[in-house]
Amino acid sequence: MAANPMSQFEVYRIGPEIKVGAFDISFTNASLFMILSTISILLVFNLGSKKNSILPNKIQLLAELSYTFVSKMISDTAGSKAKPYFAFIFSLFMFVLFCNMFGMIPYTFTVTSHIIVTFVLAAFIFIGVTVIGFIKHGFGYLKLFVPSGVPAVLLPLIVVIEIISYLSRPISLSVRLFANMMAGHTMMKVFGGFVISLGIVGGWLPLSFSVALTGLEILVAFLQAYVFAILTCIYLNDALNLHH
Amino acid sequence: MVKKIYFQSIFFSFFFIKEAFAAESGGMPQLNPEFWISQIFWLILTFGIMYLVLSKLILPKISKNLESRKSQILENIEAAEKQREDSDAKLKEYDEIISKSKLEANSIFNQAREKVLKDIGAKREILDKQIDNEMAEAEEEIDALRKNAREKINKIAIETSSELLQKLIGAEVNNSSISAIVEDLSKRNGDKYYDN
Repeated sequence: MAANPMSQFEVYRIGPEIKVGAFDISFTNASLFMILSTISILLVFNLGSKKNSILPNKIQLLAELSYTFVSKMISDTAGSKAKPYFAFIFSLFMFVLFCNMFGMIPYTFTVTSHIIVTFVLAAFIFIGVTVIGFIKHGFGYLKLFVPSGVPAVLLPLIVVIEIISYLSRPISLSVRLFANMMAGHTMMKVFGGFVISLGIVGGWLPLSFSVALTGLEILVAFLQAYVFAILTCIYLNDALNLHH
Repeated sequence: MVKKIYFQSIFFSFFFIKEAFAAESGGMPQLNPEFWISQIFWLILTFGIMYLVLSKLILPKISKNLESRKSQILENIEAAEKQREDSDAKLKEYDEIISKSKLEANSIFNQAREKVLKDIGAKREILDKQIDNEMAEAEEEIDALRKNAREKINKIAIETSSELLQKLIGAEVNNSSISAIVEDLSKRNGDKYYDN
């Protein structure tokens, strides 16, 4: 066993090195788990949408509950205008959720524990939301940085703060997910290591911690996927319904 | 079986490669940019394909399923409501018919009773009259008979006594004197014989 708790986050090549120009796009363990998550999602929702019975079976119920859950989340936070983006937010939520949950299986790799993955997702959301905002409101979208009812003296400061907070959105969004996943998995690994090093006599305490942490991490895996999706909805809401 | 072997081989390959890499790693592997491009490429590829399949094929189907179920349930509820209203109306109608027919039956019964009572009264009156008439006639007859009886008896007495006298005496007797005697006797003893 690797003693280093960070070694679980190693990315390594599976199969030969694939290069396109100067870029290395080799198939790695990260790619494997992305594909596994994707296939699982498509499998579950394909099975869940195949038959349309009045009394849904378990998998159909699962698919339909997920559908209504995400659809309600979007309509609650971003209103009815966000309907065209439902498929994207649904995919996003499911992708992050499945990647997180796959990471909870021992010996697997957690795709979302890598800053580059979460950052690409967050950056895509950030750019997409900004583009939507400018398309919907033109330069009026810049009013987002000028909150109403602020004294004129404070306005320059507030605008600067608003711009900084807006620009830090992709960073906060990506770092939140990445740090949560990495910290949780590192902690579990550390406690697992304690179980081994303390042996049969003293290993029970860290083992019980480990069990509790597993439950907590499953909760965190769901919660972070939910937070990721709902923050996307909130950003989308800013772009669609300019409230400031 | 084949699947199982496949997954096992994948898991075992992880161990070997992990062991090989574990030695040289230090710090956070996430900050090692060696596979960043690969991760971005595979992320865009898998997420893109998943998004396309979900948005074009699967999500519309789920939405359609949900909608059709919703509409079917609504339809069923509506139909059930309508049937309940129908049955309520029919029950009302039935109750009305029952109460109406009860009233009708009552009135028919009452009418029939009155009619029967009237008939009985009329018939009784007629019968009473008939009886009275017959009784009056009979009394008259009796009276007539009674009156005639005296005269007839008187007559018989006169004839008998005149014949008796003729046979005894052998001479014609004046009928008028005999009749006067009989009349006188019958007047004297009439009350005794006819108790009037």
